This record gives sequence, C-alpha cells and structure tokens, in this order.
Amino acid sequence: MSVAQQSPLTDVTARRNLKPGEKPFGIARLLAFAALAIMAVIWLFPIVWALATALKTETDAAAGDLSLIGESGISFDAFAAVLAEGNVYIWAWNSLWTSAVITLITVAISAMAAYAFSRLKFRGRSALFFMVIASIIVPPQVLIIPLYYQMLTFNMVDTYWGLILPQVVMAPIIFILKKFFDAVPIELEEAARVDGAGRFRVFLTVVLPLSKPILGAVSIFVFIQAWNNFLWPFIVINDTLLMTLPVGLQTVISAYGVQYAQVMAQAILAALPLIVVFLFYQRQIVKGVATTGFGGQ
Amino acid sequence: MRDLKTLSTEPRRNREWWVAAGFLAPFMLAFFMFVIWPMAHGIYLSFTDQALTGAGGNFVGFENYVEAFTDPTLWGAMRNTVWFTIISTVPLVIIAMTMALLVNTGLPGQWLWRLSFFMPFLLASTVISQIWVWIFNPEIGAANSVLTGVGLEPLSWLQTPHLDLISITIATVWWTVGFNFLLYLAALQNIPDLQYEAASVDGAGRWRQLWSITIPQLMPVTGVVFVLQILASLKLFDQAYQMLPGSTDTSRPIVQYIFEAGFVGYRFGYASAISYVFFALILVVGIVQITISRRKVQR
Repeated sequence: MSVAQQSPLTDVTARRNLKPGEKPFGIARLLAFAALAIMAVIWLFPIVWALATALKTETDAAAGDLSLIGESGISFDAFAAVLAEGNVYIWAWNSLWTSAVITLITVAISAMAAYAFSRLKFRGRSALFFMVIASIIVPPQVLIIPLYYQMLTFNMVDTYWGLILPQVVMAPIIFILKKFFDAVPIELEEAARVDGAGRFRVFLTVVLPLSKPILGAVSIFVFIQAWNNFLWPFIVINDTLLMTLPVGLQTVISAYGVQYAQVMAQAILAALPLIVVFLFYQRQIVKGVATTGFGGQ
Repeated sequence: MRDLKTLSTEPRRNREWWVAAGFLAPFMLAFFMFVIWPMAHGIYLSFTDQALTGAGGNFVGFENYVEAFTDPTLWGAMRNTVWFTIISTVPLVIIAMTMALLVNTGLPGQWLWRLSFFMPFLLASTVISQIWVWIFNPEIGAANSVLTGVGLEPLSWLQTPHLDLISITIATVWWTVGFNFLLYLAALQNIPDLQYEAASVDGAGRWRQLWSITIPQLMPVTGVVFVLQILASLKLFDQAYQMLPGSTDTSRPIVQYIFEAGFVGYRFGYASAISYVFFALILVVGIVQITISRRKVQR
C-alpha cells in the first residue's frame, strides 16, 4: 500500500517545490506562468462579466460594449429589483434545507450500509454489494419516467418528500465508505466489544468518530450535488413556493425578458452562497471532491 | 477440526445476520424503492401505451421499441448526443490535463488558479446557462463584442443550427473542466518525488521528465477521466434545455427527448422505451470500460 492510499483523503493541495538546481525565474517558468494567467483570465471572465452586468443600469447593460463599468457608474438597481421579488429568498431557503436533509440522510444510511458490507458477515453479502455497486451504471435520467409515475401513485408530486427521498440513494458513497471502513484497524473495535458494547454502539462511538474526515468529504460532495440538482426537482415540483433555487430561476428567465442586468443579478445571487463557502473552505472542498470523484472507480 | 469451527461460528453468524439487516435496512429500502422498482417498472411501462394523464396502460408488445428505432427524431437526438460527447470530451480532458500540469509546477498563485478553474463547477446549471445566454446574445453579447473587436463577423451562437450545440459545448467545457482538473491534480500529487529526483540525477531536464515520467504516469488517470467524462457528456440535459428551451433537431440531446416525450407529449410508455435505448448506449460504454480495465489488470 502506498503512502497516498493510506491517507483517507486525496490531497491535492500539497505543492511541489522547485526541483534541485532549477532557476526560480527560468524562461520555461515564465511561459508556464503566462499560460496559466491567460487561462485564469478566460475562466474568470464569465463570472466577472456577469457581476459587471449586474452592477450596471439596464440601459448600460444593453449598450453591448465590453466595458466593465457602465457610463452611469455602478448601480445596485438590478440587485434591488431582484431582491424585492420575495421568491428568491424562498427558493434559496428551500435549496439550503432540502440539500442539508438530503446530505444528512444520504450519509447516515450509506455509512450504516457500508459498515455492514465492510465488517459484518452474513449470507448474500457479496451479491447484495455487487448489486448496489452495479447500480452506479444506471443513470438517474433513465429512471425519471417511472419515478415520476411512482410519485404520482404515492401522492408525492409537489411535496418535499417527493423531492428529497429519491435523491438519497448514492451507491458510489457506499463504495467509498466501505473502502475506508475496510482500512480501519479492527483491533480498535474489538477492544470496545470486549467491554460489552454492541455493534451499533461500536459503530457510533468508535467507527464514526474515526471517520470524520471521510464523512466530511462525502458530505461536501453530496451537498453540492443536491444543491445544484436540476432535472429531478424540475420534474417533481410545480408549485412555485416549493421550488429549489435552480428550478425557480429557470421559471423566471422569461419573466425578466430583456432585463439583462436583473437576470445577471439573479445569477450572481444564486451563485453567491457556494462561492462564499468555497472561498472559506477551498482546501476541504477540493479534497472532498477529488476524493469522492475518484471513489466511483 | 473443520466441523468444530463451523459449529462454533454458526450461532454468531445468525446473530450477525440480524445485526446486518438492521444496518442495511434504511439504505436497502430506499435502494429498492427508488432504483430497483423504477428500473423494473420502467421496463414494464416501455411495453405499454401508458400516458401521463393516466389513460392507456395497455400492453402493446414491442410497438414502442419498433417506433423508437424508426423515429428520425430519436436518431437525430442520438446523433446530437454522440457528437456532443465527442466534441466536449476531447477538450475537457486535454484542457484539464494542461491546467493541472501547469498548476502542479508550483508557480505562485496556487489559490487563485484553483479558484479560477474549479469554481464554475460549483455553480448550478441554471446559473451558468443564464450567464452564457447573455454572453452569446446575438446583438449585444460579449462573445460577439470580442469577435467584432478583432475584426470578425458576429455570430448567432445559439440561433444557428449546428453552431448551437458547439456553443453549448463551450459553456460546458468552461463549467465542468474544473472537476477533471482536480482529478488530474490529485493524480500528479501522487507521483513519487523520488522518480523526479532520480531523473534529475541522471541529467534529465524538466521537459524530458514531463514526457518520460509525468505523462506515462498519468495514463491510468486519463483512462478514468475519459470514461467518467464520456458517461457525463452522454447525459447532457440541463444546460442544453436551459439555453435552448425550444430545442432543435440539431441540438436536442437524448435525455431531452425522453423529457419531451414524457412530460410534453405525455407518452410515458414511449418515453420509457427511449430511456432504455439510452441506457443501452450507456451500458455499451460501461462494458467497453470494464473490458479495457480488465485487460490492463491482466497485464
């Protein structure tokens, strides 16, 4: 086992320093720096442009030039207009709490199942595990028609349960957590069991605390997925007041018509929560996504 | 000896079965409800003329599948999907690898590079669609301002057949390249420093090290990223639907056709059949991947 595999998290933030004998400002490094800078400018441009548009008056936004600040200077009119519409708050709140609940349920039930697959011996274990892992190949898009039909049968269309429940099954998470539990030394659990603790108690008091980093990593991944999910919420929710942010925004694109500054103000507001969280927790998010992203393989 | 062992573990095994059932029940319940059952029910629906309105539901045999294979719209959607997968996967792998190689040189500004390249991936599809519809605006969009600025003709990015799917590809590359970038960056960090040191001692320069250590070491990851990207690109829906709500025959991806058949045309039976045609396409890619990775293991 290599050192990299022993660490539960894929570290992508370590920095490779200069090689011995390498000049800090060689021509190659300058060229690499220039290439990076150009790409960064291209990649940042759409977001900067959206923000610049949102801070213009509608007249300046429609002028069609590339200036970052409009002729009438910086204006918060577009943000004020969007925020005056109450629905944005409701959608943001719906997105926040449903994503949190999805994350909580997904991680809880996946951790329990992964523990059983990793530690408990029972008939049919490998067959069941194989079935769960094989389901990774089934795209959720294939299931939307029968799932919607099911929701109709259960009267769960246009309910939070109908929105949340179908999103809590994430087989790759089981795979990642099982791999992690497999690597936890069994002696730690056996000590607790000798003291008379039952399986579930050992799971709660010994295994889960040891798994905090990996649980954090998968939680971040699940939350981002849920927060940004579009197709299922779009299908199962028709009531404006129950919508999540991505779905709600889609419905008002036409309502704003040609008011570009307002459309961009809305996009920036919707993007803001994750951007702010990312600025504060870049390391954790990057690690979490890299770890989980490879996990399915 | 063997009998004795079996005897002594048998009761414990039985007890473990109940414990395991307890641990597994919540996930398995959800798994059967929201994956296995819909999968089975979808197959059933695909052999009926079930409508969203509740009408129909009669068994029609292979009628839906026969219709699917002779439906020019489905074939068009298939073609668009495969075309999009090709033109998006290649840049999404190459650009991601380039970004990771450059960032991994340890140049100052790590925080900024990661922020610029990865942040778009965190945005909801609706947000990126709104931003790019604005950039691609045919009259006053930034994309055309750039084109006319350098003396080129402006384009109707999202209103021209064939160009529309390329415009969606551009937005998609910008949106999701950060994910592949992270996977590459993680892989680069895992190449042991020792190999570079040994190469340095042998007098290999940076360029030589790139071609004889870094790139070969990245090959397994590239395989993984390729497959993940192909599978992701085949599922195109969000941004295509949002940027081109009135889809055209040159842009409509297959998932959008499933959506349109089911929720616009109300034909649940037919939409289920298309879903399974789409699933077959995904399975083919999956099987190819498994075959390739197995061959690698054998070697």
